[in-house]
Amino acid sequence: MSVKIRIPTPLRKLTDGKGEVEGAGKTIGELLDNLDGRYPGIKERLCDESGNLRRFVNIYVNEEDIRFRQGKETALADGDEISIVPAIAGGCV
Amino acid sequence: MEFTDEQVKRYSRHIILPEVGGKGQKKICRSKVFITGAGGLGSPVALYLAAAGVGTIGIIDHDVVDLSNLQRQILHSTKTLDRPKVDSAKETLEALNPDVKVIPYREKLTSANIMDIIKDYDIVLDGSDNFPTRFLVNDACFFLGKTLISGSIFRFEGQVTTLKPHDGHPCYRCLYPEPPPPGLVPSCQEAGVLGVLAGTVGVIQATEAIKEIIGMISSLASYLLIYNALEMRFLKVKTHKDPNCLLCGKEQKITKLLDYEQSCVLR
Repeated sequence: MSVKIRIPTPLRKLTDGKGEVEGAGKTIGELLDNLDGRYPGIKERLCDESGNLRRFVNIYVNEEDIRFRQGKETALADGDEISIVPAIAGGCV
Repeated sequence: MEFTDEQVKRYSRHIILPEVGGKGQKKICRSKVFITGAGGLGSPVALYLAAAGVGTIGIIDHDVVDLSNLQRQILHSTKTLDRPKVDSAKETLEALNPDVKVIPYREKLTSANIMDIIKDYDIVLDGSDNFPTRFLVNDACFFLGKTLISGSIFRFEGQVTTLKPHDGHPCYRCLYPEPPPPGLVPSCQEAGVLGVLAGTVGVIQATEAIKEIIGMISSLASYLLIYNALEMRFLKVKTHKDPNCLLCGKEQKITKLLDYEQSCVLR
């Protein structure tokens, strides 16, 4: 199962600057482990100590937020596009 | 209200659009819009809304114009360096369109003043530079039933969404329930930002505002638009009203404004 993952700017230092990487896994949970194997530290940025997705980060499968699907159990299909979208705050300074 | 001859001419390119017309333009001229921040996002937002003829524009910023602002904050100029941003903004906007009443607030937005300040406005546009303000503005808009058009930028990336929890749509907390702890998401000037990105994102916010004022149905309510300038890619994802949202969910846990600590640490 191969999917594309869009990496947001703040996390690109963990992916050698790459904005898009390939990944594998039957579910989002498996995909995150797979990613962390190749880009160590990325899972810690996305998940808290209990393994839950941090509350200021959203993951979308195609256009759907996994929090409103099956969370980390959300199933993936070949060719899915995964977007990691953290809250950003800039605007004024 | 009746248009003067000058107004008919000034707004003629709107008035001839069937979707806007004289009726829509009158709505714009009667509207009251509040903008948080006279900076990167606030600049294009305020300029386009003033050009469109928005009746009253309230704008808050406690800062003064710095040389490093001018790479993107197009309300200000070399001539207004070191002056309060809201004064510089008022001058620029009134020069563009004397029809517009600009109300400057040279102060910080806090849990103590926000309700009083925004209560008389129809729509709020957030272009602030930190999470505590974003959550404060979201919560205050929810309590007052105001539509909030939220825009944010970081390096080459921007996000825009229209928040209408009073109308069955999500609020900011439905998307992001809590602000990040200090250090996890950089939100400060050290991170850098592509100047023109502020223009793209601010102009999308202004577009949403004009459509809300006229009453057009299609909007970014229940959607988040993510723009990457480096890849020139737009992604529009669906957002959901969270039934467990602490603010607008079934069991409301947040019943008053909260003060979050400002963080400015890059990890």
